[in-house]
Amino acid sequence: MAYEITLLTTMAISVLFALSLNFITGFCGQISLGHAAFLGTGAYTGAMLAKAGVPFLLTLPAAAAMAATLGVLVGLASLRVRHDFLAITTMGVGFLFLGLVRQQDFLGGELGIAGIPATGLGKIGFMALCIALAAAFVAFSLYVRRTWMGYVFESIADNEDVSRVLGIDVARYKLAAFIIGTAVAGVSGALYAHHFRFIGPDSFGFVESISVLAMVIVGGIGSVWGVAAAAAVLSVLPLWFQVIDDYKLLLYSALLFGMMRFAPDGVAGLLRNLLRRRKAVTP
Amino acid sequence: MLYLELFIQGIVQGSIYALIALGLTLVYGLLRILHVAHAALFTLGGYLGVIVTNATGSLAFAVVVAMVVVGLAGMGLYKLAYEPLLDRPPYIALIASIGLFIASEEIFRLIFGPYGLSYAEAPLQGQFELFAGFFLKHGEALAIVLSVVLLSGLAWLSTRTRTGIAWRATVSDPEMAEAFGVDIQKVRYLNFFIGSALAAAAGVLVALLNNLVEPTMGSVPSYKALAIIVLGGLGSIRGTLLAAMALGVIEAFGTIYLGHLLDRDAIAFAFLILVLMLRPQGLLGKAS
Repeated sequence: MAYEITLLTTMAISVLFALSLNFITGFCGQISLGHAAFLGTGAYTGAMLAKAGVPFLLTLPAAAAMAATLGVLVGLASLRVRHDFLAITTMGVGFLFLGLVRQQDFLGGELGIAGIPATGLGKIGFMALCIALAAAFVAFSLYVRRTWMGYVFESIADNEDVSRVLGIDVARYKLAAFIIGTAVAGVSGALYAHHFRFIGPDSFGFVESISVLAMVIVGGIGSVWGVAAAAAVLSVLPLWFQVIDDYKLLLYSALLFGMMRFAPDGVAGLLRNLLRRRKAVTP
Repeated sequence: MLYLELFIQGIVQGSIYALIALGLTLVYGLLRILHVAHAALFTLGGYLGVIVTNATGSLAFAVVVAMVVVGLAGMGLYKLAYEPLLDRPPYIALIASIGLFIASEEIFRLIFGPYGLSYAEAPLQGQFELFAGFFLKHGEALAIVLSVVLLSGLAWLSTRTRTGIAWRATVSDPEMAEAFGVDIQKVRYLNFFIGSALAAAAGVLVALLNNLVEPTMGSVPSYKALAIIVLGGLGSIRGTLLAAMALGVIEAFGTIYLGHLLDRDAIAFAFLILVLMLRPQGLLGKAS
């Protein structure tokens, strides 16, 4: 039973984290190759506060605020640079975060932070909280898609210049996407820290940023259910494939390449095509 | 004195960066793809350099073999991975490329083991006195000389030969070049061959300087080379050379003076972000 609880908690945190990137990349079309930096900011904030004796539930909003502060900075950068330049800038932010954390002794340097205190909710309570937060963000994402904000995001993702001509305040909405997306990433970071009770700089590196991007892409960029399903499956895939542990990363990267090469719209796109074809056959 | 030493170290590192980043710029200029898997070809070059040198005892022969084989591998990579993705949004090719790159690291690890390979008898490890009290390793001198030779060769090719002119025409306007009878497909293959061969040369040089090749030797250069071509203004060859040298020198100084705050890789990206915020089009890029 304990194993299933750990599994479900891991899944829920991954779903929350992947959907937070989906908000920025999927909804608003702003590519990010450094999203793990926000997970890390949240995790370090949560861990430091928890070790200082702050109650667990208060660390969540603090982690969100710290990550969103960094998110605003990257959002401002996204107003200066676009497309490929933005991809590389966000990648740079990821490396900068790692480089900073590694050299700071008060953040544990290379060794990271161990002995993060328990949440006080119990394993089942903590799992329920993670699932509730993930479900809430699924609902919120679905809701936003149907609001004015969702339509504006779609138009910016489609063509920023046309949106500007239409009189949309592109800068404001981009910043909004970054703030919401990174704040949620911060929350998932604090959850992550309390789940594993140990964090180190290596958990928030480039591979982590790419893994979460893989979840978004495999699920289908912008598709809430697709991304949630892909995150749930991909996050526990390594646990199920203990046997092929040595080939884990190879399988992961081959999946990423194969998906881009043969089905760039992700699982959601594949399903959509399948349904459309079936409809076309039965008149 | 220390300044001069750091500066020369920076130039050595910068010439290696230049060799890697040039191939990336060539690919970007022609196809608008951020070719992360370029670093896989760099690693392949390093491995071939060590293996062939150990088998034949000749470093020069190994450099040639590595450049030719990796050049052909680059052409294959284009055919297999990028050609079918050209009419997709650019991030698709970028992510496919990242997937390929991680896969290649894993393949190197599974085939050659996680601890890497070394030269049986490492060539060019001696050093000579460049000026009073400052010594340069033979390998480091080779890095500078080989870069200058290869880059001059590239400059000659692109300005003085028919092929080079067709190539530059394709970069500046593919449709117009095609209308004038340039075989675009041939240009793309040539582009990948040359870019990949340069990366292979860099791989052999890095293997020589560290006397080690390992599966992950490409990861830092791959991201740093991206930073360099973005700094240089994406697709600008002169910009890339300038950015590579600047980054080499800034890292050499930064590691000494900022080392307690940031590690070496973070310094490169701090510099990148700073430049991009001031000049979003890169050092020598044209404003769009």
